[in-house]
Amino acid sequence: MASLKDMRVRIASVKATRKITKAMQMVAAAKLRRAQDAAQAARPYADRMDKVLANLNKNTNKDGAPPLLAGTGKDQVHLLVVMTAERGLCGGFNGNIVKLARADAQRLTREGKTVKILAVGKKGADSLRREYAKQIIDRVDLKSVKNLSFVNAEGIGNRLLTMFDAGEFDVATMYFSEFKSVIAQKPTAMQLIPAKLPELKATGTIAAKSEAVNEYEPSEEVILGFLLKRNILTQVFRGLLENAASEQGSRMTAMDNATRNAGDMINKLTIKYNRQRQANITKELIEIISGAEAL
Amino acid sequence: MAGNFKFELVSPERILVSAETSEVIVPGADGDFTVFAGHAPVISILRPGVLVAKLADGSQTRTYIHGGFCEVSADSLTVLAEKAEDAATMSAATIAAHVASAEAVLADDDVDDERRYTAHTAITHLNTLNGMPN
Repeated sequence: MASLKDMRVRIASVKATRKITKAMQMVAAAKLRRAQDAAQAARPYADRMDKVLANLNKNTNKDGAPPLLAGTGKDQVHLLVVMTAERGLCGGFNGNIVKLARADAQRLTREGKTVKILAVGKKGADSLRREYAKQIIDRVDLKSVKNLSFVNAEGIGNRLLTMFDAGEFDVATMYFSEFKSVIAQKPTAMQLIPAKLPELKATGTIAAKSEAVNEYEPSEEVILGFLLKRNILTQVFRGLLENAASEQGSRMTAMDNATRNAGDMINKLTIKYNRQRQANITKELIEIISGAEAL
Repeated sequence: MAGNFKFELVSPERILVSAETSEVIVPGADGDFTVFAGHAPVISILRPGVLVAKLADGSQTRTYIHGGFCEVSADSLTVLAEKAEDAATMSAATIAAHVASAEAVLADDDVDDERRYTAHTAITHLNTLNGMPN
């Protein structure tokens, strides 16, 4: 049986933990709002880009399409861009993304494909390092980045484009966590190269618009090539932003649970402590009384 | 002019301008062009330069954009800029920094003509910006 003093120390320590997790939860909530705003603000750009691309895609013939759209004709070398957080303590967030990426990596290896991994974020790199130490070609560190800006996405995106031009991979897939809501984040795999363009929906406005003959300046091919490159950057940026929002959402939930657990534990320990204290008092009283009776 | 049309300036990070305008001067890849209401539909790449929009209420905004592309239709203009800064609040130091980076591109011998041209026009635009504190 732990002594009363031990239990007091224990309760104090759990209380301190609860304060920390509570603070972390509040920090995550504040950061979540900012990350969510950023993700929201980035949406119009991506939407418009999708629309124009879908329009262009419809008009170009598949034979002459640039490699970014049509692929290299092979799918031997796969590049997995695994985006995770720089920090832990955010529930299953990092684990889920890594799990998805690992499953795909295993499947591809079984099929005899070559797998290369570009790890964005420290946590993913750490947990993939054990199995795929040789396949990780590089890791991108975003630890010093406070506010994600497009420049961060440009760094990663341009890297991908250079590698693709150099023929270092055939297919690139991005792994990130899609932000559904504060409590739901879905780990997602998205193919970046060759680009999967959204199909034009046959709804009134867009369909009607696409029928108008556009002029292209300088030319359709140049614009398509330019936009495909921009599209990669935009998608990477979107992945980063969604990931940032998901991370904070996930951390908030995890810390909320931790805070509640700590509260439960404090209650249990306090009850145990009080019982123990009363038992001790009773025991002492009995000792005194029986001592007095013996006289 | 004939009428107003919807003008949107969007950067990857946010929407910068969304308003009714009467006239917008766009730095297109093959030269500047002015968009009025009822313009023929065009999709064009943009080079770095100053974008001038005359809003419906008569005021004017000047934005320096670092390339991008635009989509013109009869009743709307959407500019997707890679990066955009309000020309009125740009400090001389930022302009100088942009000029320096463009000049670095020019000084590099390995750069192809296209980028060379882009950098060159960027410098011209930036210098006019410097001379005109709007």
